Amino acid sequence: MSFEFPLLSLIIWLPIAFGVAVFATGGDHNAQLARWIALIGSILGFLVAIPLYTNFDSTAGAMQFLEDHIWFERFNVNYHIGVDGISMPLILLNCFITPLVVVAGWEVIKERVSQYMGAFLVMSGIVNGVFSSLDAILFYVFWEASLIPMFLIIGIWGGPNRVYAAIKFFLYTLLGSLLMLIAFIYLYHASEGSFSIEDYHKLAIPMAPQILIFIAFLLAFAVKVPMWPVHTWLPDAHVEAPTGGSVVLAAILLKLGGYGFLRFSLPIAPDASHYLAEMMIVLSLVAVVYIGLIALMQADMKKLIAYSSVAHMGFVTLGFFLLNAYGIEGAIVQMISHGFISGAMFLCVGVLYDRLHSRQIADYGGVINKMPVFSAFFMLFAMANAGLPGTSGFVGEFMVIMGAIKVNFWYAFLSATTLILGAAYTLWMYKRVIFGAVANPAVESLQDISKREFGLLAILAISVLWIGIYPFPLTEVMHATVDQLLTHVSNSKL
Amino acid sequence: MNFIPPDFAPASSEIFMLIMVCVVMLADLAAGEGRRYIAYLLTQTTLLGCTILTFISFSTESTLTFHGMFVDDSMADILKLMVYGTVSAVLVYSHSYISDRGMLKGEFFSLILSATLGMMVMISASHFLTLYIGLELLSLSLYALVALRRDSLVATEAAMKFFVLGALASGFLLYGMSMVYGATGTLHVSQLAQVIQSGASSKEVLVVGLVFIVAGIAFKLSAVPFHMWAPDVYQGSPTAVTLFIGSAPKLAAFGFVMRLLVEGMSEMVTDWQGMLVILAVLSMAVGNIAAIAQTNIKRMLAYSTISHMGFLLLGFISADANGYSSALFYIIAYVLMTLGTFAMIMLLCRSGFEAENIDDFKGLNKRNPWYAFIALLLMLSLAGIPPMIGFYAKFAVLQAVVNAGYIWLAVVAVLFSLIGAFYYLRIIKLMYFDDPETMEPLVSSSDVRILLSANGFAVLALGIFPQALMGLSLYAIENSM
Repeated sequence: MSFEFPLLSLIIWLPIAFGVAVFATGGDHNAQLARWIALIGSILGFLVAIPLYTNFDSTAGAMQFLEDHIWFERFNVNYHIGVDGISMPLILLNCFITPLVVVAGWEVIKERVSQYMGAFLVMSGIVNGVFSSLDAILFYVFWEASLIPMFLIIGIWGGPNRVYAAIKFFLYTLLGSLLMLIAFIYLYHASEGSFSIEDYHKLAIPMAPQILIFIAFLLAFAVKVPMWPVHTWLPDAHVEAPTGGSVVLAAILLKLGGYGFLRFSLPIAPDASHYLAEMMIVLSLVAVVYIGLIALMQADMKKLIAYSSVAHMGFVTLGFFLLNAYGIEGAIVQMISHGFISGAMFLCVGVLYDRLHSRQIADYGGVINKMPVFSAFFMLFAMANAGLPGTSGFVGEFMVIMGAIKVNFWYAFLSATTLILGAAYTLWMYKRVIFGAVANPAVESLQDISKREFGLLAILAISVLWIGIYPFPLTEVMHATVDQLLTHVSNSKL
Repeated sequence: MNFIPPDFAPASSEIFMLIMVCVVMLADLAAGEGRRYIAYLLTQTTLLGCTILTFISFSTESTLTFHGMFVDDSMADILKLMVYGTVSAVLVYSHSYISDRGMLKGEFFSLILSATLGMMVMISASHFLTLYIGLELLSLSLYALVALRRDSLVATEAAMKFFVLGALASGFLLYGMSMVYGATGTLHVSQLAQVIQSGASSKEVLVVGLVFIVAGIAFKLSAVPFHMWAPDVYQGSPTAVTLFIGSAPKLAAFGFVMRLLVEGMSEMVTDWQGMLVILAVLSMAVGNIAAIAQTNIKRMLAYSTISHMGFLLLGFISADANGYSSALFYIIAYVLMTLGTFAMIMLLCRSGFEAENIDDFKGLNKRNPWYAFIALLLMLSLAGIPPMIGFYAKFAVLQAVVNAGYIWLAVVAVLFSLIGAFYYLRIIKLMYFDDPETMEPLVSSSDVRILLSANGFAVLALGIFPQALMGLSLYAIENSM
């Protein structure tokens, strides 16, 4: 594998450069220009990411597309990036979602268009940076920087309670990550002056510090995932964020937390991971069952999907801490699939919200009479959210349940309740919104989806079905890396 | 007795500055009303001249002169260069503000220059008396600057408070120095360490003296519990003077702490470490929590300064070159951010309107997206969010603290900076999420526009490429120890 061209850097910096260009278009009199630059930038961002997949060597578990330059010598920090089978699909997912978000905001966002579009592009680049950083400080810088655009997106274009949600989002995530920073600094001194994540993987650490490091990482990642009981920022942020913001939040930003567990917690503190695995599994099961029940009771569609996200991400953390191949691979598939499904669900709610400016389930009813095409798409995504076989939602959940049954029957039993609960809350919402007689004059006046919206939902529908029917291209690339991770985690570092 | 003239060369920039203070005063008197720009230009020329002189005499090793009372080393030269740049930026930022408010007088410039001279002496002192003289020259000039609008009630009140508390602090310091002299028989920074090490001095007297010296330092740095003057002075002074007080003197204060504690009292490190831990934790706690309650932006920034000074003191706790250079990096980053922030406040002021409340930032993004963006960078930097320089400053200090084995202190520090992030975010919220109360355009001259934009971008650019400044800080410390 010799690919000298700094492809990964291009994937990180191209969207950021386009984002800056979009900012430079200035005020709203140039809105159309800003939209087109953003669209071109995001599509280019996706196109340059494709060689990452085609040139990826899926037989190797090691890092690929490496770039390593000195960033600042004072603390031996390097611009060290690379991808493996875990981060590569996530980068592709991110590059894939960004153009969709730009298109989703095409007509809806009328105020400060350049800032809106620019923020999404910059964030896309930053998130690629998070997924490819192999230096702890580089990772931390990207990780924290991703907060800034999201904070502004929620705060400027969000709903009525947006300020509260934006500040809560920011401070919650900052709390977790500051302790992670201290863990990095501790590891820097323990490793005698290295910030390389791969050095940390090899570093022998006694049990007590390992547990503390694990907890510091846990706080950072658990807030981001979000795991029960630190999930409370997510419903607020989702409800208040504009549609594009919700899509990126659910599809991409939540994955940062999951990725963190795989890149940091498990390999750096494997003994602590084993020691605390049961606690993590219990927390995950609480998210799956209890949050599933909460989702059932929501009157607000976005809140319902937000809680369903927490429940689905519970599956992801459950899969990680089963510490077997089915669990971890299933969890990664679940992350990718959740990216498509939750993104699509939020887009569907956005379609309704753009028309009626309400997210309350009670304000709808009988939508199918007016929007048949939309209802068909929504049906597919609702089924996928419930984990119907043949959709991507099924694959991940099934693999995780398979992993769970190898560890403990009751884990598998409890996690399998999601198939009932997920179906219950999603389909019940679907029934109340879509079926029945036309509920009120506002619904009567609804127009079916435009070509733009059709295109968006169609692309996502294809992705959901594709991974549901033929997940091999996805599981293939991660296989070697997951094997290597599992071997690494099973060796004690004491 | 033969008189041997001392070597004047290491002090050439101080001597030049002293001459120019008098020249500016006289030239302004001759030029009279209406030609004040002469004083302004002369002041800027003076700073430029000092920069050149310091560059020429840049020393890579310590040179003592005036019978060991004055030292010229890399750290002094680098700090002085920073001071010149800061003072020059202060003048650019405040020029239109003071002329709008009838404060464009020759005294303003000569006082600023004499305060600068005080800072230079503090930075280069290697004798406790020189240190004290430099400090007093700085302080007295600042008292007068605060009271420059003598018909303003708040300003005179602030000046009185500043003077009384400042004099008290100087008294503490002097008392502490006299104790040290009593115990050791010397005031030379370079000889103190040897005398203390020889064990000939009484430890009890030294510790009492050290307590008073640390209290005096805490007063000057506005560290809790000696911080009471800062919010009142920041609020009461004309914003241009607040900008000056909040920026360049902090650099001098860094030099002051280095000379007094690190060089002079290096043998008592275990004693002052404990004191600094208490001061640092209290400052971060009180500064960050009290700032949340403020509605006056200058008061809020005063509390923010207090918390930043707490963070700065953390850098000294590790008591090694790594920690000191982190503290130096922190103070440079802090001065850069403070300059930009106060310049932003002055930008929001119009003739006849003082921007005082945080609500004056409302809707800045709609009024002027560019300045809102600059202010966004500054606020994120103050909050310590990467990729702004404020993050690397906090990071450098934290790693020194962890290296010294104080992990709990690092945890406390990040928890308080989390609280601190809230009130910086509130400013961003006002700028970006709220609607403006007025759509009046922001007027500024082109030099302010360029400098402010450069200042904001430096905060970002030095964050993306922090090596140069980090390397410089390390060089300054390692070369002078």
